[in-house]
Amino acid sequence: MIFYIPQDTTALALGSEAVALALQSAGIEPIRNGSRGIFWLEPLLEVETDQGRIAFGPVAAKDVPSIIDALASDPTSHGLYQGEVADIPYLKSQQRLTYARAGLGDPVCLDNYQRLNGFEGLKNALQMTGQQIVDQVKDSGLRGRGGAAFPAGIKWQTVHDAGFSAAADKEPCQKYIVCNADEGDSGTFADRLVMETDPYQLIEGMIIAGLAVGANQGYIYLRSEYPVAHKLLNIAIDRAVQANFLGENIQGSGKTFHLEVRLGAGAYICGEETSLLESLEGKRGMVRAKPPLPAIEGLFGMPTVVNNVLTLAAISTILAEGAATYQNFGMGRSRGTLAIQLAGNIKRGGLIELAFGVTLREVVEDYGQGTYSGRPIRAIQVGGPLGAFMPESQWDTPMDYEAFAAIKAMIGHGGIVVFDDTVDMAAQARFAMEFCVVESCGKCTPCRIGSVRGVEVIDRIVANENRDNNLILLHELCDTMEFGSLCAMGGMTPYPVRSALAHFPQDFTGAGKGDK
Amino acid sequence: MGTSQNEQQSISDLVGQYKALPGALLPLLHAIQEHVGHVPDTAVPIIAKGLNLSRAEVHGVISFYHDFKTSPVGRHTVQICRAEACQSMGSRQLEAHAKKALGVDYGETTADGGITLEPVYCLGNCACSPSVRINDDVFARVDADRFDELVSGLSLEEGVAK
Repeated sequence: MIFYIPQDTTALALGSEAVALALQSAGIEPIRNGSRGIFWLEPLLEVETDQGRIAFGPVAAKDVPSIIDALASDPTSHGLYQGEVADIPYLKSQQRLTYARAGLGDPVCLDNYQRLNGFEGLKNALQMTGQQIVDQVKDSGLRGRGGAAFPAGIKWQTVHDAGFSAAADKEPCQKYIVCNADEGDSGTFADRLVMETDPYQLIEGMIIAGLAVGANQGYIYLRSEYPVAHKLLNIAIDRAVQANFLGENIQGSGKTFHLEVRLGAGAYICGEETSLLESLEGKRGMVRAKPPLPAIEGLFGMPTVVNNVLTLAAISTILAEGAATYQNFGMGRSRGTLAIQLAGNIKRGGLIELAFGVTLREVVEDYGQGTYSGRPIRAIQVGGPLGAFMPESQWDTPMDYEAFAAIKAMIGHGGIVVFDDTVDMAAQARFAMEFCVVESCGKCTPCRIGSVRGVEVIDRIVANENRDNNLILLHELCDTMEFGSLCAMGGMTPYPVRSALAHFPQDFTGAGKGDK
Repeated sequence: MGTSQNEQQSISDLVGQYKALPGALLPLLHAIQEHVGHVPDTAVPIIAKGLNLSRAEVHGVISFYHDFKTSPVGRHTVQICRAEACQSMGSRQLEAHAKKALGVDYGETTADGGITLEPVYCLGNCACSPSVRINDDVFARVDADRFDELVSGLSLEEGVAK
């Protein structure tokens, strides 16, 4: 029997290390896999038996002896028995492409990755020209998963075509692949889960990106709040170098790609791509005006692909399985799968990978099973701290970029934060402004000053001070921020504020929380 | 004096080690902070000279990022997540409790130098909120009781170490 107990951040935070120790003291050396993303069952202990791979969860260290006893007789009799892992409905009903390997084995074991079809995409890519790879990405319909949903293939084409030096030798200039792993949105953990459960998939995607556009250097800009991901990525990169998947003459192809992890330093704004590039260059993370686009003048002034972790991870699937397979998932112009992260006050939180088109209600009710507190859901914030708060009347909106944009909401990076009926929406609106005060890079006035004034105006409204005029003022301030800011930080902070005001006006009356 | 000279020397060594790296400043500051515990003001001119930057540029970067500390912090850093997912699970009450229990506000260190309390905006553990990070470990579903337990575990650990 082989035992698996995860070592990703969430499983560790819920006590998986103690379970591993308990197994060891019983003479069992478990494989440290990553989580499947079924976080409400973590720590999830999996056991490969003659009857299949079965699971127990959530397991505490004290449960280990009884589980071992049950395994010797009748595992199904144990109270924490969850059946075959792959048959757990929460998992079975998903359409996993990016997370197909998550949890299956030791995330940094290179043999394991290759056994599970890893590096198949790279093998195909090595037989293709850069343009052929770019065409595959275009055909797949993949759009940037960081939030802006820009077509990845078009961005790649720009970098592919950019930067031939003026000199007559036609030698292409230095180009870069930058992975944006500054996953700062509250309610999101999809990037972290890829890096902690299947880091080679990201590495493979970045190598393919390098081959496609002619870049030989990549950087993963990782937020410092992710120490476990940092450790695992560095181990994975070392091993990939040793096995010649990174470095010079990759697998005898004559191609070169170097990869390095760079750590952020606690700044939400560095998730914005131009600010991230400034930070990578060793500067304050101040947003750059666009144009020039990073695809033309990016890192150190050179053509640069900046893509989110999930975008780059999807590349390995697209190159392995073909653009058409990927393109078959989804609806409208949102193709492929979306990594939905169900979080906040939710009974069954976790990672849910599904084709675009599932409704918000299906996610929170069918998968989430309602709130953790057991109280009714009142508001759902989708897309991180810059996303709108959605009232029940909007929960039947399908998860599709255009459908969300049409109601002034956004899918963003796919994070869903659920609030029960004790939430004070005026306090949430105030927090949106307050967060912008803390995290604004300070370059443009609407964001830097507007957010400070926003907090003050909301305070006055709640205190019933000159209320009508202050409401007008708040809307005007939101207009200024939305249309006058350089980037989405100031430009979208009004989204949660306005949606809270529009859908939950009773919370702004100063009487505390509306009807309660 | 001796310690401070050693400190200056190791900062110079680190500058020498990192200066050839493209975009060296952030990795260098992380290395100094890991080595010294914070980035002392005396490091600024050494870094500026080594990386051919102005002191203002170096200071500007240090002050921009929440992670970099310019004065010593406690032996342990306790971060409470203030972001929305944790708020939905009662982190506002948790932060009030933590401040009261430790007798410090955000950015302050307990009188015995044991714990520095900080806010953090998302630890990526949002399905099991509220989250707290202590040094490099993240803890899930932390309520007031669990917080007290974790904090007393830290002092206990120190007691054993002494």
